[in-house]
Amino acid sequence: MFVVIVGGGKVGLNTARSLTHMGHELIVVEQRRSRYELLKPELEEKLLFGDGTEIWVLEKAGMARADLVVAVTGDDEDNVIISEIAKLKFGVPKVVARVNNPRNQATFDLMGVDSTVCAATMMLSMIQHELPVHQFVPLLSLRRENVELVEIEVSHDSPAANMAIKDIRLPEGVLVIAVLRQGKALLARGSEVMLPGDQVLCLLEPGNEKALIRSFLPSRKPEDVQAETSIDAITE
Amino acid sequence: MYVVIAGCGRVGSSMAKQLVDEGHDVVLIDEDSGAFEILGDDFPAQFIVGAALDWDILRRAGIEGADAFAAVTDGDNTNIVCALIAAREFEVRCSIARVYDPLRAELFADTGIRTVCPTREARLMMLDAVRSCPMNTTGG
Repeated sequence: MFVVIVGGGKVGLNTARSLTHMGHELIVVEQRRSRYELLKPELEEKLLFGDGTEIWVLEKAGMARADLVVAVTGDDEDNVIISEIAKLKFGVPKVVARVNNPRNQATFDLMGVDSTVCAATMMLSMIQHELPVHQFVPLLSLRRENVELVEIEVSHDSPAANMAIKDIRLPEGVLVIAVLRQGKALLARGSEVMLPGDQVLCLLEPGNEKALIRSFLPSRKPEDVQAETSIDAITE
Repeated sequence: MYVVIAGCGRVGSSMAKQLVDEGHDVVLIDEDSGAFEILGDDFPAQFIVGAALDWDILRRAGIEGADAFAAVTDGDNTNIVCALIAAREFEVRCSIARVYDPLRAELFADTGIRTVCPTREARLMMLDAVRSCPMNTTGG
């Protein structure tokens, strides 16, 4: 695979290292002179100096034959533009972009960027996962594939409490994959019994969050549960 | 007409002046609260301090229902992205971005926004000006 990485910061460099290790061909585009000089000894011919939002620079990088573009600069507007140019101008089949400010996630979604990675959102998910106060934590979202991984608590009044997984009536579009109990994950075999207070890992199709919350946390309003873990709660 | 302008620099502020003189309603957005000083204290327009990429800032500027949106910040990419947001999310029919880079101006001209490229205009005017210079006939 040939990958164009725009942005040679920590994320870009480490992505380049991993992809090289996996045997892929790649080029990193970096516009800061000092950073470019720093990367040069390691990346050698796999490095190009220039503004990766300039069409002629991307052309020089070989964007026309790229299988994948990774837009990981520190500026969200630049990452959006790189993704747009990759699709509009060069017809690149897949684009992955970094979201620096979680408030800009909606813009990336609006522009139809295939996959986005937001460190702040992931960090928040992990913190919520560690803190016992959160009853519902969205852990991972694969937008293009239309699937999400979430963690949810089983309350005492849930119809699922004290039932074997095979007997639980789950909402449409929800799959239980593991039960987390006392810091250990138990794979969701049909015979496994769900206890109140367990955290359950579920795969679900987006849009089924409320149905899931209703069945595991029946005494709470789904909107309230979702609002507690929304990124807006910390960025507003 | 209700016009939202992102960027209160030389172009944004003078556009605002002209539009207000013509009797239009204008809202200006700029990240720098000092940027509005160029228009004086009594200027009859609403100022909003914030990033025009932020959907909440655009909403506060009344983007929903605006007749036109003009993005004239100092960043080409910012201008394109916020003009796209105005057009696609807030359905502003006339969403215009100032883009210095002629290549990007051309590429994004067919994506639901209009682009204005001062570089292209300047090039034509400079070429005309150079061509109209009299030849030095005294020999040199």
